[in-house]
Amino acid sequence: MADEIKKLSSQLAQDPDSLVFLRLAELLRHKGQLDSAHRVAVTGLERHPHLADAHDLFARILADKHDYERAFDEWDMALRIAPTHIGALKGLAFLYFKVGDVEQAAAHLEAAQRAAPDDQGVAQALALARGGQVPQDTPGTAPAAAPSPAPVEEPLPAAAQPLEEARVFAGLEGAEEGLLLLDASGRVLGGALKNAQGQDVTDAVAAYLAGVSQEAARTTKLLGLGKWTGVAAEGRSGHVHLTAPTGDALLLVVRDRAVPMGRLAIIAQRAAGAARRWLEAHG
Amino acid sequence: MTATAGYGQALDLITRVGGVRGAMLVSAEDGIVVAEQLMEGIKGSAVAALAASLATRLRRAMEAAGVGASLFWHLQAEGGALLVVPTPNGILVVAVAEPDVNVGLVRLELLRAAEVVR
Repeated sequence: MADEIKKLSSQLAQDPDSLVFLRLAELLRHKGQLDSAHRVAVTGLERHPHLADAHDLFARILADKHDYERAFDEWDMALRIAPTHIGALKGLAFLYFKVGDVEQAAAHLEAAQRAAPDDQGVAQALALARGGQVPQDTPGTAPAAAPSPAPVEEPLPAAAQPLEEARVFAGLEGAEEGLLLLDASGRVLGGALKNAQGQDVTDAVAAYLAGVSQEAARTTKLLGLGKWTGVAAEGRSGHVHLTAPTGDALLLVVRDRAVPMGRLAIIAQRAAGAARRWLEAHG
Repeated sequence: MTATAGYGQALDLITRVGGVRGAMLVSAEDGIVVAEQLMEGIKGSAVAALAASLATRLRRAMEAAGVGASLFWHLQAEGGALLVVPTPNGILVVAVAEPDVNVGLVRLELLRAAEVVR
């Protein structure tokens, strides 16, 4: 494998526009050299931003690095470019499993099966999904040579357990330092917040946010603006986004100023989806 | 320039933006309207009280979270939005807007207005 990596690196150096970066990054990923694989994939994507396979590859590297949120974005992008991309469909199914959304996971695997009825890997993963089991590893290698996922025999990790046993934001970026779910009285239902120094500030922030959902609702009602959908706020060293996933529950997302407000809204939207499912499962 | 004229100028900056239904200056501490240019039918005093209360909760929560006091916040709703810039001297510069308003432009004018009233 080392010789192959050396050879591909050399080819890529001679022809930086070559698609050989796909194979090289995949080999590096398999060898566990995730940072190198990451660099090769990013460089390749800069040159081939509309190549679905490149987004799929990058997503698998990100998933290996447990950066599931960005992996979701990359697989989502791959599907926008190629709506029946098998790797992306399998990847998204994998991520949906991780947050306990078996229905969505199965739907993506079914779409993959329609696109590639002979793909044994997809069939196996779908069978596992319908049986309530979860593939353990990041799905697939290169789409052209995707092996079947190994059958699951080990105990499932916490993030992949059935919904009622999983933490509300399991698998989402910032689940333990930048996402918080509260009830109407400010009681913490899930997630946690830490400040820049790493101190837990969950309870202090929750106390100040008690009643915010009701006040926002009263304000928009008074103005005749209908239902409130979110509060986005810029701070001196960070941004926050508040939304109500259901009724009086309140979801808070906090990120530093480097994260644009628009991205914060997307993070909040995803976290709200997870919160809704969790709240439904917990009555 | 008198304070009242300055307030009028500040509000003009905001209400001239397309899609803005009105603007207010509100005392953050007690929620009282300092100056307003609102469309008919908007209950300025009630909105001011709620905006001030929300601003206080947000400021405290954001300070507790370590992201510092809010520089701008935006309450989004299905039928429009409330956009707010707190000033260092305890005034909230508030705009009520249509849902399709250019938020970036309103934010800029709110910040300019905040410079006028500080």
